[in-house]
Amino acid sequence: MTTSDTPVEARDSEVVQRDRVVIRFAGDSGDGMQLTGDRFTSETANFGNDLSTLPNFPAEIRAPAGTLPGVSSFQLHFANYDILTPGDRPDVLVAMNPAALKANIKDLPHGGVLIVNTDEFTKRNLTKVGYESNPLEDDSLEPYAVHGVAMATLTRGALEETGLSKKDAERAKNMFALGLLSWMYHRPSESTERFLREKFAKKPEIAEANVLAFKAGHAYGETTEAFAVTYEVAPARLDPGTYRQITGNAALAYGIIAAGRTTSLPVFLGSYPITPASDILHELSRHKSFGVTTFQAEDEISGVGAALGASFGGSLGVTTTSGPGIALKAETVGLAVTLELPLLVIDVQRGGPSTGLPTKTEQADLLQALHGRNGEAPLPVIAPCTPGDCFSAAVEAAAIAVRYRTPVMLLSDGALANGSEPWKIPDVSELPTVDPGFATEPNAPDGSGEFWPYLRDTETLARPWAIPGTPGLEHRVGGLEKADGHGAISYDPDNHDRMVRLRQAKIDGIEVPDLVVDDPDAGPDNAGADLLVIGWGSTYGPINAAARRVRKLGHSVATAHLRHLNPMPANLGEVLRSYRTVLCPEMNLGQLALLLRGEHLVDVKSYTKVAGLPFGAEELQDVFLDYLTGTHPDASRNGSRTGTSNQITGAQA
Amino acid sequence: MTATDLGLPGIGSGGLDSVPTTDAKQTAKDYTSDQEVRWCPGCGDYAVLAAVRQFLPTLGIKRENTVFVSGIGCSSRFPYYLNTYGMHSIHGRAPTIATGLATTRPDLSVWVVTGDGDALSIGGNHLIHALRRNVNIKILLFNNRIYGLTKGQYSPTSEVGKVTKSTPMGSLDHPFNPISLALGAEASFVGRALDSDRKSLQAVLQAAAEHRGSALVEIFQDCPIFNDGSFDLLRKPDTKDQRIIPVTHGEPIRFGPADDNGLGTYAVVQNGFGLSVVEAATVDAGDIVTHDATDHELAFALSRLSDQDLNHTITGIFRNQPRHTYDDAARAQVQAARDAEPDADLQTLLNGHDTWTII
Repeated sequence: MTTSDTPVEARDSEVVQRDRVVIRFAGDSGDGMQLTGDRFTSETANFGNDLSTLPNFPAEIRAPAGTLPGVSSFQLHFANYDILTPGDRPDVLVAMNPAALKANIKDLPHGGVLIVNTDEFTKRNLTKVGYESNPLEDDSLEPYAVHGVAMATLTRGALEETGLSKKDAERAKNMFALGLLSWMYHRPSESTERFLREKFAKKPEIAEANVLAFKAGHAYGETTEAFAVTYEVAPARLDPGTYRQITGNAALAYGIIAAGRTTSLPVFLGSYPITPASDILHELSRHKSFGVTTFQAEDEISGVGAALGASFGGSLGVTTTSGPGIALKAETVGLAVTLELPLLVIDVQRGGPSTGLPTKTEQADLLQALHGRNGEAPLPVIAPCTPGDCFSAAVEAAAIAVRYRTPVMLLSDGALANGSEPWKIPDVSELPTVDPGFATEPNAPDGSGEFWPYLRDTETLARPWAIPGTPGLEHRVGGLEKADGHGAISYDPDNHDRMVRLRQAKIDGIEVPDLVVDDPDAGPDNAGADLLVIGWGSTYGPINAAARRVRKLGHSVATAHLRHLNPMPANLGEVLRSYRTVLCPEMNLGQLALLLRGEHLVDVKSYTKVAGLPFGAEELQDVFLDYLTGTHPDASRNGSRTGTSNQITGAQA
Repeated sequence: MTATDLGLPGIGSGGLDSVPTTDAKQTAKDYTSDQEVRWCPGCGDYAVLAAVRQFLPTLGIKRENTVFVSGIGCSSRFPYYLNTYGMHSIHGRAPTIATGLATTRPDLSVWVVTGDGDALSIGGNHLIHALRRNVNIKILLFNNRIYGLTKGQYSPTSEVGKVTKSTPMGSLDHPFNPISLALGAEASFVGRALDSDRKSLQAVLQAAAEHRGSALVEIFQDCPIFNDGSFDLLRKPDTKDQRIIPVTHGEPIRFGPADDNGLGTYAVVQNGFGLSVVEAATVDAGDIVTHDATDHELAFALSRLSDQDLNHTITGIFRNQPRHTYDDAARAQVQAARDAEPDADLQTLLNGHDTWTII
């Protein structure tokens, strides 16, 4: 949608075709904006658009009503083609009160559509957020296509017959807004009606009120002359398959359940509530029928301790948390490293340090994940790049944990956790399986009939996993250094040196696929672009969206995304050295860039932001262009191109 | 958020009910690992280890279904010396590991070995929550009232004014009474024994093993290097009879040198909300308290009879009152969910309610 689409006078609403639209719902924390956004998202998913969402809400459950800190918003980007980000700036802003207007209007481009709930624009509410005059009455909103709608009044009117109190009736105004927008964008509404009836099944009068409000919003758009134009965004032409909408946290929870199947192990989750990871605990606690046990521990340490105890007993131990929890679990994860037992540790990163920004996203736990333990305590680290990818990342992480008898760290983040997208549902029968291969027989090489718990597999260097209850394999493990092979306590200096190196070699030897580079202009033997942009985690969307934009402008840029942060792909160094300039955008102060520079002696450039929000595609486009056109101060100091790689593949779209 | 009737099955009867048994004759030697025991000469841990090695075979369960989990401290080396499954974990966290293990493996007899520093200082939080949840684990709390492994700092059970390496002018901390703490944390089984009294130690261990739920057994033992003679008052022939009060469920609480009827010279009677010790001859027999291990308030009052001074020290079982265990209930919920949805299908779960297909 562009700025020229401002509605014009017309009796019959005109239908305009759009490739893509970004809508932002903004209101008070208590206005139900997240629910409204979720419902619009579901309708959009049902319609078959590609979509990407960005919920953005305060850490306070109910900040004082009508204030700026209490503003909660939900942005949704949907399109008739595959999209990669929730969108930089909205085409349509729905503002339920003056605070929501004030907090969000700066993001609305001139000419954008602004739909305002006029009922909330009282003198008191305006004063609360520092408006000296009513922006609906002065000329400050002139650059926008403003639609003032008395949503509370209209909702109340629609619910007059229901006998609900004025206050209760007004609470349904978010559904009025949803109905209006659903009409405007030709969204199917059956699923919302069904959802409301299910959600309020125990309070049918509230369900009915919400459905009535939703229908009233729809009818308001249809019958009044206020909105001359409606928009259609055709379904997206995605890969063939069956799709659903999914958030990162839901995908992670399903991935954990699936991992129980693929590893043939019962799942045990030990977890302590923490934003933004709690929803994984909530989701898993609802799926005990899949043999999943969930344990809400007394603290983070207990969560991981119980998970490790379950692993010792032959379960797939899992713990879920965010950065502060990882800090607390560090010692136990170190124990798991030296015990060499499978354990899945999930970090849904949020703004830090300390309590930081609990509801905002960040990628600043990478170094903590890799190095945040005492001693040499290596473990594999894997990072999904989209909400749906959280599923396969969890399945893969569990497979590595079981195959190599090691804790694995999975790094999600707040943007992936709460963001959603269409997800091509995998065929369960095609998920790769791994045999836990419990030890059942004594293994001492001297034929003594003893069991040596640290006698390693020659290929993977994994040790045998003998679970209690197995006769003849009784053994003791612990945090003290163990003798190579035999596993008894050993303080021998050479043995310690050997064991430290063996543990490292085991992790270094984990098989990970080569890094795939998207470089459309690459030849069979040469890189096409001068600039390689490399990222990890949730920056996948904005980096690749920005790359598309830059390519549309006629420039050549390559992108690559690291899923495996430890060990990194074997061809990584070669890839990095194949490009004149390597740029690494991160939502931290350059943690991956530090690793790449340290490991590969390549002068990786860093672009960083820690604002609690994902990068915008436009923002990264400008950064890429600065490097491509040599206007970036760093662009001229780049390293020379030292080689090419036949590992480089063509576009992967 | 409302409470719901869990609708779970009744209390399991014995702590070892779901652990496989064996008819094979087992001995202390079977339970002895090939590792050389490395405690200091004279350490009370030796006595406890010998008692446990002798006691475990009497349970008649399979050795491979026995697991000892420990934290950090001298006593936490314990698992290395037993030929069972074992884990020497990290400081204070053994109850968490045991909780995950016991919840997922009802066929195991899970024991935690911990000390006063491990359980009551760094691991205090885990201890109280394990007791409150009533996970089917047995916690042996070796209390020597000192930090031994770090070479002699005061512990959370050291008496006020204790002069140690870190408290040259005397410690300021008021100590925990571990029994009172455990009872306050809703422990369903609480006992105490002296390391050197093998018979009563084994009797308490036996009852703990048979109890379904968390059991806390405080074991007094000496650190001959950093806190020698800490429990001498309970050991020396001239003082121990006046100070140790053995209790048995259903029997009047009498102790001390035997009178003409073979009963203890002293007795425990009610005094306000608490208890006090009197000469038995000075009160009516009916006023003497009869021990009831199902009486939470009595157990607490007994735990308050003495604090740091070991004036009157109860041994035996303070409380033995079964209730729902966390692990039984957690497994029952999983089973109930499976019964309610026997055809739970992963593909159906992944598909959810709303899908669309692109051809």
